[in-house]
Amino acid sequence: MIYPHYALEVEDLTVSFDGFKAVNGVNLYVSKGELRVVIGPNGAGKTTLLDLICGRTRATSGTISFMEHRLTRMPEQKIVQAGVVRKFQTPSIYPKLTVLENLEVSFPRGRGAFGSIFFRRTSDVVDRIHQVAKEVYLDQLLDEEGEKLSHGQKQWLEIGMLLIADPQLLLLDEPVAGMSVREREQTAELLRRICQGRSAVVIEHDMNFVRKIADKVTVMHQGKVLAEGPMDQVENDPRVIEVYLGH
Amino acid sequence: MSIYRNLLGGRSGSVGLVVLTIFLVFVLPLSLDAFRLNMVGKYLSLAFVAIGLVMCWGHGGILSLGQGLFWGLGGYCMAAFLKLEAAASIATEAGSDQIKALSTVGLPDFMDWNQITELPWFWYPFKSLPATLALIIIVPTVFAYIIGTAMFKRRVAGVYFAIITQALCWAMEILFVTRQGWTGGINGITDLRTMLGWDIRSDSAQRILYFATVAGLIGCILLGRWLLNTKYGRLLMAVRDMEDRVRFSGYDVANLKTFIFCLAAAISAVGGALYVLNVGFMSPKLVTIEPSIYMVIFCAVGGRMSLIGAVYGTLAVCFGRTFFSEQFPALWYFLMGMVFILVTMVFPDGLAGIVNRWGPWLWQRCARLWTRPAKPAAVPAAVDGGTP
Repeated sequence: MIYPHYALEVEDLTVSFDGFKAVNGVNLYVSKGELRVVIGPNGAGKTTLLDLICGRTRATSGTISFMEHRLTRMPEQKIVQAGVVRKFQTPSIYPKLTVLENLEVSFPRGRGAFGSIFFRRTSDVVDRIHQVAKEVYLDQLLDEEGEKLSHGQKQWLEIGMLLIADPQLLLLDEPVAGMSVREREQTAELLRRICQGRSAVVIEHDMNFVRKIADKVTVMHQGKVLAEGPMDQVENDPRVIEVYLGH
Repeated sequence: MSIYRNLLGGRSGSVGLVVLTIFLVFVLPLSLDAFRLNMVGKYLSLAFVAIGLVMCWGHGGILSLGQGLFWGLGGYCMAAFLKLEAAASIATEAGSDQIKALSTVGLPDFMDWNQITELPWFWYPFKSLPATLALIIIVPTVFAYIIGTAMFKRRVAGVYFAIITQALCWAMEILFVTRQGWTGGINGITDLRTMLGWDIRSDSAQRILYFATVAGLIGCILLGRWLLNTKYGRLLMAVRDMEDRVRFSGYDVANLKTFIFCLAAAISAVGGALYVLNVGFMSPKLVTIEPSIYMVIFCAVGGRMSLIGAVYGTLAVCFGRTFFSEQFPALWYFLMGMVFILVTMVFPDGLAGIVNRWGPWLWQRCARLWTRPAKPAAVPAAVDGGTP
């Protein structure tokens, strides 16, 4: 069955590691332009769910579709080329490259070995890098090496590296972990801005942050979806309070 | 301007390259006798492998302990051509003792000793020099492509990859040793004399071959500089530091890795071919694990990020080996081990790291002494560090 109004459709998704079902029969439908937040206690299967969508882990059963693409068996780089990008929990940037080079390497052109050798830093590339750097508050730091950035700036840089590919679906694993209050506010603003016309699935623990950005919230517990809906409804769900929010 | 920046590596890069060229083209040939110069030529043909390793290991993070395999394949290809020519020229010297000892005239002697009466099919291309030159590059590259694709697509990396390359290298040695009739066995391919009628054993030929080796080496350094300055070069470092990030930015990481592995193999093979021309023989003992590990040490001592450092590292270790193994044969291996430990623990960037760190300081010191009589307070601009 096809639901054309959904961007991402995850159906009956299960992954079993030696009998342990980290994700167990999960269904998830994310609309175009929707920002979905997934919350839940540690070990609920949130990160595994993102791993499954982006192809890092392969599903035992179930299907994942994005737009017209069936992601379940696609190689990772093809999933990215289909418009699905992933940000990791610990900021994954290239420490020895400058901010500009980090963004350039993520620019979606010259992706083969030969293509990248003959890739030229033309003016459209430079313009796009400056534009993205400005969006993620790093336009003053273009020549700084990645490893010299603060933790929060690394998180932004990684978001910028996703953004430069102009993705359709962003998978963000704890984008504000380790950020200061001010940085969190900036990131919330950033996410709301970049998700215009794109879909996103965000994992987050900070409830204030979730309240600021979420269109809809999915609560996971022990590999299953426990509850789903708008934030105020989920917050008052006794089962959710029992397993997660009460702690 | 872009050639200056990308090919020569800007100011510090060109200074390093000019110094190296002067050292190899003028200082060594003018100060060493023919025997020692030939020895340097031999060492420099090993430096090709170290340059390949700088790209593949230093920049790409792919540690191969079996580069001797590719170096050896290049060497065997060259040796096969020279051997056929030597066999043909013996055949024309009718009446010589050597020809009386052979039952099949015109065949390499070791084939004759192994009762092979017809040239094996894969030896035919080595009758032609252009085909040989092409095969010197093609055979190791295809080999590296197969290994690379098989390993990298399956995400074999790090120590596992290193061990597998080492095993392959050993397997290749056994193959070369056991297929005596095809490869000359444990003796290798010896008694190589001429290339298209040009006697490669004479002093003048050895001198010309030395300069050919230097030219090839500088060419490979320039090629490496250019490559590492492209987006591919930056991607390579990205793969080394954060492989998953590259994969999830839409790249096929296995392809990127295979490419540099093949290039390193091709460069090594050129060195192997030049080695054979410099020394006049090829032996399976050069293809095996021990030389391959030496090659990694050359690269580590020189500084695994520095293409130029690889050359100095090779020369330093080789001369050290010659000197110490003559003076203190028993101590040599311990010394070598100590050097390797010292380099990895105290100077992770090798000789190049030392030069980059202390070079500017030394330069300032010298320049200050120089300018003191005229302008005591002048501080000249330092050579900026970082030779890629």
